[in-house]
Amino acid sequence: MTMESNNRMIDVRDVHFAYPHNNENESVVALDGVSLHIKKGEFVGIIGHNGSGKSTLSKLLNAIIFPTQGDVIVSGLNTKNHENLWTIRQTAGMVFQNPDNQLVATIVEEDVAFGPENLGVPPQEIRERVDRALAVVEMQAYAHQKPHQLSGGQKQRIAIAGILAMEPECIIFDEPTAMLDPSGRREVMETIKRLNRDKDMTVIHITHFMEEIIAADRIIVLDKGKVVMEGEPRTIFRQVKRLKEIGLDVPQMTELAYELRSEGLKIADDVLSIEEMVDALCQ
Amino acid sequence: MSVEIKNLSHTYSEGSPFEFKALKDVNITIEDGSFIGIIGHTGSGKSTLIQHLNGLLTPTSGSVLVDGKDIFDAKKAELIALRHHIGLVFQYPEHQLFEETVQKDVAFGPKNQGLSEEEIDQRVKQSIKMVGLDFDAIKDKSPFELSGGQMRRVAIAGVLAMEPSVLILDEPTAGLDPRGREEILAQIKSLHNQKKITVILVSHSMEDIGKMVEKILVMNEGEVVFFDTPNRVFTEITTLESIGLAVPEVTYLMRRLKEKYPEIREDIFTVEAAKNEILKVIRG
Repeated sequence: MTMESNNRMIDVRDVHFAYPHNNENESVVALDGVSLHIKKGEFVGIIGHNGSGKSTLSKLLNAIIFPTQGDVIVSGLNTKNHENLWTIRQTAGMVFQNPDNQLVATIVEEDVAFGPENLGVPPQEIRERVDRALAVVEMQAYAHQKPHQLSGGQKQRIAIAGILAMEPECIIFDEPTAMLDPSGRREVMETIKRLNRDKDMTVIHITHFMEEIIAADRIIVLDKGKVVMEGEPRTIFRQVKRLKEIGLDVPQMTELAYELRSEGLKIADDVLSIEEMVDALCQ
Repeated sequence: MSVEIKNLSHTYSEGSPFEFKALKDVNITIEDGSFIGIIGHTGSGKSTLIQHLNGLLTPTSGSVLVDGKDIFDAKKAELIALRHHIGLVFQYPEHQLFEETVQKDVAFGPKNQGLSEEEIDQRVKQSIKMVGLDFDAIKDKSPFELSGGQMRRVAIAGVLAMEPSVLILDEPTAGLDPRGREEILAQIKSLHNQKKITVILVSHSMEDIGKMVEKILVMNEGEVVFFDTPNRVFTEITTLESIGLAVPEVTYLMRRLKEKYPEIREDIFTVEAAKNEILKVIRG
């Protein structure tokens, strides 16, 4: 194995995927020749409009579905080999949109223990993993509470703890903040960023909220089942017109900078945050 | 239609160990033809409140007057008639689609209102058009083969087909992509402008609220914190943050810019308004 492939978390090689058929018995192409590579420890944002193939891609990474053509390789394992399935699902954990659909137990710590229990982890180690996972998402104080008494943001953090307890190398977040209020959104985003920064977790974050990925290492833009743009947030978001054409948005500060520029104000076109906008306007 | 909420309280599981006071003495008046936004963190009482407005929940105490008439005093038949005037679009309304075709699904409400076939057809056509879909292209499709954004719109059309005078939407843009969000909001706005119906929009997006509404109702722990114009509400940053809310990004920006430009206005909550204010201050 070369150094480069050692460093690869995920390799998607010319993947095509078509859903079997709709009512007229035609297959529906969801991914049309997608290739991408994600390095260990990277924070990658994926954006695209509804129907662009984002969720199909995330299900392929988690070996819930399999490519019609091409290969998906997670930590060196091809999802095509069925004996790899459980290892892959443990390696690449997934957090979904709706917190209420992901919690299964009646007590928070039991919910977090559900994954490792199913993996056959010995009880003493489960205890340690659960405590560690709850500490990482800063929810130790809620270990004995009932999940339904928690706020949306807290429920999502418990869902994340449940994944962490399986000790994955990578977590795929599929619109984890779509149903949350502003404080819930902030809590969950802080948790995700901390996991990536302090725990070196590889993060794939699928979202419709552009502000959430301005600090990502890289952004991948999907449109009609293809990768149409790929690069650092600054390189992607400065292409305001192109993003709008494919039904996407840019962070509010980037849009404001774009509007100010079109009025003739001399300001950079790659402003991403409030901080940068203040600097740009107060020089 | 005007909606007057008087001393409204609601307690879930009263008298049991799980007793929970979801609404505490709420008093507000929503004027006919107005556009109201409701914000509050999860569990603040927003959903409990809106479910009282069309009689899905009955108050523990207090009353709701629609055009001056107490809806919980009304006879059952009157309450049913009233529900037709107050359309409630739930969160993720596409989960409630069930018919074989889009046309049948949208027709379900008006059919139950006992309208004539002709009238039903016309309303279905009109409301599908109102949500920005092509009637002829979509009417015979199964709702389940549509995209998420299209399904959401079909569900909203089903409520519009009942021609409500008050339209309540609980997070109509949750989970939609930016274009889907923009389109649905634009359609709600134009509906409000053209038909003069009263609109109540529940949302977690401060940007959407700032862009759309005339007045904001802020809820916390079952109580009304503010019921005022966006200008007034969004300048209360400290209070809003203390109850788990926020203000639009541009509003935070304006506050920061004030250090350098003391004359800059802070009651700004859209990109458009921010652009104009910044140009005004910088160019003098």
